[in-house]
Amino acid sequence: MIRLEKRPTPSRFWMAATPLLAVALTMIAGGLLFAALGKDPFEAIRTIFWDPLFNEQFASYSRPQLLVKAGPLILIAIGLSLGFRAGIWNIGAEGQYIIGALCGAGVGLAFYPAEAWYIFPLMVIAGALGGWAWAMIPALLKTHFRTNEILVSLLLVYVAEQLLASMALGAMRNPEGGGFPGSRNLQQYPAASNPELIAGTGMHWGVVAAFIAVIFAYILLNRHMLGFQIRLTGESPRAARFAGVNPTALTLFCMGTSGALAGLAGLFEVSGPAGQISIDFNQNYGFTAIIVAFLGRLHPIGILLAGLLMALTYIGGELAQFMLGLPAAAIQAFQGMLLFFLLGVDVLTNFRIRFGRSEVA
Amino acid sequence: MKRRTLLAATALAIGFGGAAFAQDKTKVGFVFVGPIGDGGWTYEHNQGRLAVEAEFGDAVETVYQESVPEGADAERVLTQMALSGADLIFTTSFGYMDPTINVAAKFPDVKFEHATGYKRADNVSTYSARFYEGRAVQGHIAGKMTKSNIVGYIASFPIPEVIRGINSAYIHAKKVNPDVEFKIIWAYTWFDPAKEADAANALIEQGADVIMQHTDSTAPLAAAEKVEGVIGFGQASDMAEYAPSPRVTSIIDNWSPYYIARTKAVIDGTWESVDTWDGISTGMVGIGEITDAVPADVKAEALAIKDAIGAGEYHPFTGPLKKADGSDWLAEGEVADDGTLAGMNFYVEGITAEIPN
Repeated sequence: MIRLEKRPTPSRFWMAATPLLAVALTMIAGGLLFAALGKDPFEAIRTIFWDPLFNEQFASYSRPQLLVKAGPLILIAIGLSLGFRAGIWNIGAEGQYIIGALCGAGVGLAFYPAEAWYIFPLMVIAGALGGWAWAMIPALLKTHFRTNEILVSLLLVYVAEQLLASMALGAMRNPEGGGFPGSRNLQQYPAASNPELIAGTGMHWGVVAAFIAVIFAYILLNRHMLGFQIRLTGESPRAARFAGVNPTALTLFCMGTSGALAGLAGLFEVSGPAGQISIDFNQNYGFTAIIVAFLGRLHPIGILLAGLLMALTYIGGELAQFMLGLPAAAIQAFQGMLLFFLLGVDVLTNFRIRFGRSEVA
Repeated sequence: MKRRTLLAATALAIGFGGAAFAQDKTKVGFVFVGPIGDGGWTYEHNQGRLAVEAEFGDAVETVYQESVPEGADAERVLTQMALSGADLIFTTSFGYMDPTINVAAKFPDVKFEHATGYKRADNVSTYSARFYEGRAVQGHIAGKMTKSNIVGYIASFPIPEVIRGINSAYIHAKKVNPDVEFKIIWAYTWFDPAKEADAANALIEQGADVIMQHTDSTAPLAAAEKVEGVIGFGQASDMAEYAPSPRVTSIIDNWSPYYIARTKAVIDGTWESVDTWDGISTGMVGIGEITDAVPADVKAEALAIKDAIGAGEYHPFTGPLKKADGSDWLAEGEVADDGTLAGMNFYVEGITAEIPN
């Protein structure tokens, strides 16, 4: 008989090992799924995990793309992880991402066609402020009226999407676009664009910002009083209150920071890889980042790795689709399995598996 | 000197070797905005892909990717497809326009074909269909069939293609039924069965007994089926599973002849960048069978309109026509030019709704 025995303290070993185990289990279950679809499972797994990194035909392009795809995920997930650790649930990063992009692009487009060095920095500030302000709505409603930040932040995503559509069709529509929706392409407006910094690396300012965010989050959580308060609040809100943590200030800080980082991610995306405000500019980065945050154990380094892994499954998944003819839904199921197994094997962190009969105490 | 020539020759040989290898089979890629099982827009593009395979057999290899978001992801998908050795790539949604142009600039030897856009390059062609011709036929039927005089229209995005369809349908409904009124709901999606069903139900509740759709799923027809006396039309694909009612006829996009011709041009080395906008006359726009739910005389009139358009005797946008703001657009007998149609951003007189902006 198999039974679970609660560990006195969470296992440090399993805390690090469960993500790897989850990836391994996903590969096995995914392989079975692909085999059931009549594809060679080994080839499929190789195409998803190996080819984007090492296939000589694709790697030189897809390796940098890994950073492009992972950058916004990491940037948003880092912000979210701060709040999640303290039990503050910002689910609306997608909306903050959209508003950040709108504010940043709005500043850039307002200057068009001027060329000046300060335009892009202003856009960055506007992007961060936009995301911050959008996150402040659920934050203030929570601290002043005790509303649920999960619901408010989530519903504001849909408001943001409507705003995005209205901007793409109205105020920000490209006047030279022949009546079609979508703004001017910022990639073609040097003062407002966020280009690849070193050709062939995929590095743009958003990726740089993601790396900086990882470092700052690490220092904050491990070396700083505020980080201690965040962790304490998450583990024991009562103890935190006795320790003098101000829950209102903490909520505002965590929501604001995650909003600002999501806004930055949106700004870097709209001025870089995406290039323009379009009706469906948002690509669910804000929601995927929630998965990345948990996959990375809410730890900055973990999030960095999780973001890269998630990007790999996207890019490898695309390759598998057209190289092997796998349906898009199979790839999405595969990504879903990853989260499922991660949450599933989580039990090992807190419980020990015992074989045999239970001992009578 | 000789040695350099030799080196150059070797380099050339390697280069051509690679090219020759790729040319064993012509590789044709397709990028789809929805799933191939959407039963509408993407389904028909995929039928075109299958027709290319059937036509050329082992001489071609087709690859495709479905549900590709319009934006940065599309650019990566296109680049990877080009890197994988594709010779010809069809990008089948408006939102792929800039990504297509960007990637085409990086791969001058790969040919690209972008559907419904307006940007071309030496290796980028554009193609689209005059769906508004089919809308004229539908509008006529809608005007004759509605009893409540309210026609519901599920629109996707306020872009010229969609606005053209609304105008064409309205003009022809109004012609046979001066009391007809159009209610328009913007779904802001090409494919979202749940949203489309919601829109259809909302329109039916507002009294519409004819539902027209410019979205790709069969959900609006499924919603119409539940209410007695409500009819609809197949969109992009025949959607014959809802015949004879609510689906009374359909607009069928038939991309197969175009895809076969363009693939052949690549194989023969005669491919050139062109702008194609075909309609009923070439069969790119097909009208699905008009069912017996439509009275025989209405059916005959509808078919007459179709034949007149196909023969080039009648243009759906023929004056006198005014714009919704009351200003003159086309004088008596005047026919709209393609430029105005391609950028159409206004309703014709009589449509009371506003184009969202």
